[in-house]
Amino acid sequence: MHTNSLYQEVILDHNRKPRNYGKLDHANHHAVGHNPLCGDRLNIALQLDNDQINDIAFEGESCAICKASASMMTAAVKGKSRSDAETLIHEFRELATGKLDANHPNHLGRLTVFSGIRDLPTRVKCAILPWHTLHAALNSLDNASTESNNDSAQTTASD
Amino acid sequence: MNLTNASLKAEAASAFDLEKIRTDFPILKLKIDGKPLIYLDNAASSQMPQQVIDRLVRYQTTQHANINRAVHYLSEVATMEYHNARCKLQQFVNAREDREIIFTSGTTDSINLVMHGYGRKFIKAGDEIILTTLEHHSNIVPWQMLANEKGAKIRVVPINNNGELEVDEYEKLFNERTKFVGLIHVSNALGTINPIKRMIDFAHQHGVPVLIDGAQAAPHITVDVQALDCDFYAFSAHKLCGPTGVGILYGKAALLEAMQPFKGGGDMIASVTFEETIYNTIPHKFEAGTPPIAAAIGFGAAIDYLTTIGIESIAAYELSLLNYATECLNNIPGVKIIGTAAEKTAVLSFTIDGIHPHDIGTILNQDGIAVRTGHHCAQPVMQRFNVPATSRASFAFYNKKTDVDTLAAGIKTVQKVFL
Repeated sequence: MHTNSLYQEVILDHNRKPRNYGKLDHANHHAVGHNPLCGDRLNIALQLDNDQINDIAFEGESCAICKASASMMTAAVKGKSRSDAETLIHEFRELATGKLDANHPNHLGRLTVFSGIRDLPTRVKCAILPWHTLHAALNSLDNASTESNNDSAQTTASD
Repeated sequence: MNLTNASLKAEAASAFDLEKIRTDFPILKLKIDGKPLIYLDNAASSQMPQQVIDRLVRYQTTQHANINRAVHYLSEVATMEYHNARCKLQQFVNAREDREIIFTSGTTDSINLVMHGYGRKFIKAGDEIILTTLEHHSNIVPWQMLANEKGAKIRVVPINNNGELEVDEYEKLFNERTKFVGLIHVSNALGTINPIKRMIDFAHQHGVPVLIDGAQAAPHITVDVQALDCDFYAFSAHKLCGPTGVGILYGKAALLEAMQPFKGGGDMIASVTFEETIYNTIPHKFEAGTPPIAAAIGFGAAIDYLTTIGIESIAAYELSLLNYATECLNNIPGVKIIGTAAEKTAVLSFTIDGIHPHDIGTILNQDGIAVRTGHHCAQPVMQRFNVPATSRASFAFYNKKTDVDTLAAGIKTVQKVFL
């Protein structure tokens, strides 16, 4: 693929001006995600009430792909129910690992801008890290890693 | 560098037949997405010339059998060629004897051999091991494992803002508990050439043996283990135009003999009963099982190839590339070179303001440019410079000045994308 089709304006814009970036004072769920291959680290904080994501924020050190993915993810799941968020997590992982065709029915909307990542196996983990971390936060696991063993998306993302 | 030195080096560089050399490397004809390959990841692994590829083919098609075993023709040929490869390596590092060269799977394996064979036998609770901030993880983690097992302590030599070791601080670390020094010859992350001779001499004044990680040095600097008087020296074939899966450990014979074996198995024994095993002599004591015979023979061919060109000529040419690349990158606003030691090999680690190295690497790849991005298995170096990662262009003697121009243009493209 051509890399330019990945570094589209929407991704560059979210990298420059990440949405929901920072701390969340009233958070009740947290997770830290890290990618040991590059040292990237992402903190996600949620305010989850009655299985509804009322607020979400992220911060950390990461590449443009990871930061834009995190920014667009937080915008997409804010206000959603836990189960809707889990659906998005599932679909995004399938999209990034090439198992879901963006032209087939899905709930991802503008997130399909990441469909080109499937052609860059070394970068799939960058895009997926925020979603791993969100999953961990929703399930109150303390840590997420792109190297976790028990994750089918991870297995596919390995190069 | 003084003027005489500079002109001498320029002369050596001009006598160097770059176009001829480039035709030796078939991979350099490769196109990536229609763009010519600009391979600047030589510090991770170098490419292989046709001469070495041909040697591997000749071995597999006419010489292969297991070694040190049968009396048939092929076994004798393979055994002899494997031994010849050992002798080439002996000469390459100027070891006194061929039995001081142990074939391993690579630098990491060599260091682990010393940790198990020497460290576990001679290092005790309360002892201290000196390492440096510049070490690759492969010369940190084995010693941490040993320190944890024995209750020993790791002491770390700091670096200055240029990425040079603070040798005065190194000397202050010595005391009666100091029992071992592990020292990288050339930093893989920054290219810094360390003053290892002075550091080895100082350690020896305190009766402390020194292991040199030469993975990044052997391809670029003439190594003379007798002149250095190092106790161990380790490097890998695949960074010297040879195959993956093989490397060497040089060790002083007396030390190797005093050490315990690392791996047990065939070939490393003199006799075995269920009551007792008598170990073989060196180097066989440390080469359990069938070794990487083909790779070792290919390693020997790579050494022949490099010595025909001459490590000195290679170093002089690479220095001219480094100086040119340093100037080009320094002229791009927003680009910062990490590692500005006075003595360097042709490695340029850099950051670009506001752009993550992985994004840099992906966009450069679009122009056919291969650089390494990440922490380079040297996280303490990254922590010292307060960056999570860098991009690293590392040059070999088959790179051209125009490769540097392509890199500089690629960096400007990256900046444009993120404008």
